[in-house]
Amino acid sequence: MKHEIVETNTGIMIIFIIIAISFGTLVELVPLIAGKQVKEPVEGLEPLSALELEGRDIYIREGCNNCHSQMIRPLRAETERYGHYSVAGEFVYDHPFLWGSKRTGPDLARVGERYSDDWHRAHLYNPRDVVPESNMPAYPWLFDNSIDGERISQKMRTLRKLGVPYTDADIEGAPAAVEGKQEIDAVVAYLQQLGTLIQTRR
Amino acid sequence: MTSFWSWWVILLTVITLVGLWWILFANRKRDVGENQRTTGHVYDGIEEYDNPLPAWWFYLFVITLVWAIGYLIMYPGMGNYKGLLGWTQVEQHQAEVAEAEARYSEMRSRYLAQPIEEIAQDPAVRRMGARMFGNECAQCHGADGKGRYGFPNLTDDDWLWGGSPEAIKATLINGRQAAMPAWGQILGDSGIAQATEYVLSLNGRSVDEAQAAKGKEIFASYCAACHGPDGKGNKAFGAPNLTNGIWLYGGTREQIAHSLRAGRNGVMPAFSDTLTEDKIHIIAAYVYSLSH
Repeated sequence: MKHEIVETNTGIMIIFIIIAISFGTLVELVPLIAGKQVKEPVEGLEPLSALELEGRDIYIREGCNNCHSQMIRPLRAETERYGHYSVAGEFVYDHPFLWGSKRTGPDLARVGERYSDDWHRAHLYNPRDVVPESNMPAYPWLFDNSIDGERISQKMRTLRKLGVPYTDADIEGAPAAVEGKQEIDAVVAYLQQLGTLIQTRR
Repeated sequence: MTSFWSWWVILLTVITLVGLWWILFANRKRDVGENQRTTGHVYDGIEEYDNPLPAWWFYLFVITLVWAIGYLIMYPGMGNYKGLLGWTQVEQHQAEVAEAEARYSEMRSRYLAQPIEEIAQDPAVRRMGARMFGNECAQCHGADGKGRYGFPNLTDDDWLWGGSPEAIKATLINGRQAAMPAWGQILGDSGIAQATEYVLSLNGRSVDEAQAAKGKEIFASYCAACHGPDGKGNKAFGAPNLTNGIWLYGGTREQIAHSLRAGRNGVMPAFSDTLTEDKIHIIAAYVYSLSH
């Protein structure tokens, strides 16, 4: 085929471009999507509880993932500071994953159980109350807003369609589990479970 | 990866490399000079030459293709093929950690056998301890160790759970969980006010004497079990001394009343699962050095 034909026919060019750029996806992503190795949960992995799931949604709403990653890379400088590097099996129930790509603040992949609940509450109310050097924004409204449990069951049903093994009892009990909670309770519950399944001494 | 997907990756990678090679050479033009042609594009009298690729650019492309082949032989990339070097990301990390351990663990562990009081004076221990404190402790206790509202100051000589080297180390290893109950329901508003008045009087602050006298009775029956009959605290429960003017949760009348009403349950996390003992020993020495 003459080069000129491709260059002067937009339709043919589009097809060739799609073929050319699809190789990366076909080689790097399709085998992972089809295969099993990144879909095996790590031992003990449970879906987020109703309260933790609400916390995750607030985490997304407030854009925490814009400044905090949840992905410890296998580099000593990172594992020394944050703990064991992240593994694929920890994220199989994450839809969407919240790995992030930028660290204005520290990585949170293993922040769970690292601080007390009180610390998280003080820190989220005004980070400078506990860390004077911090440039993190304050989130005082989390203490005013209560959780609207109306859509929690729906959210869990949707996640179940995506492969998160919620039971019917989980879903039915969800509104009661978040009843009367404040947003801060949910965020702290979410943060306190992050990365707790893999603990190593370093 | 199953062998199907392994071959899928291998095949597509080979097709990509061969295809790029083919596109590069099939479209290569070498003629220049007299046979110089234009592409036939003309805009406002400006014509476009159809010249060969610059040689440096062409050979750079060839080098990247050759590099890719070498890379795929040496490193894992072709499906399940491990590569001649046998390199993996995890092993590289393990090697990094092992190398660092070999270099630093002796530096730390030699202090393990020495008493904390002694090594707390060692500048090297203080430097190491300060780094670890910055990563593990400063978020709550502050970079200077002076604490914040709700998080104790480690630089004074007032200790909730004891300031002996052994107590500090035990706190680091096992964590601490304070348990001051909420008395609001039990004492009622007037009881809380009276007890607050008495706690203030323990610090010599001007108070309503009659209220404080009633508060003293409340204190004796509800508070003395942990805070001691004289209010000087008990390190076994992490019950603070209420007579020295040092307040973890604030010392205003309102703040003391709130602590009484709602209770206080400060938590110090345990580090036994995340830090090795030699590091805990050094951090303990650093914390000890902050007040000695």
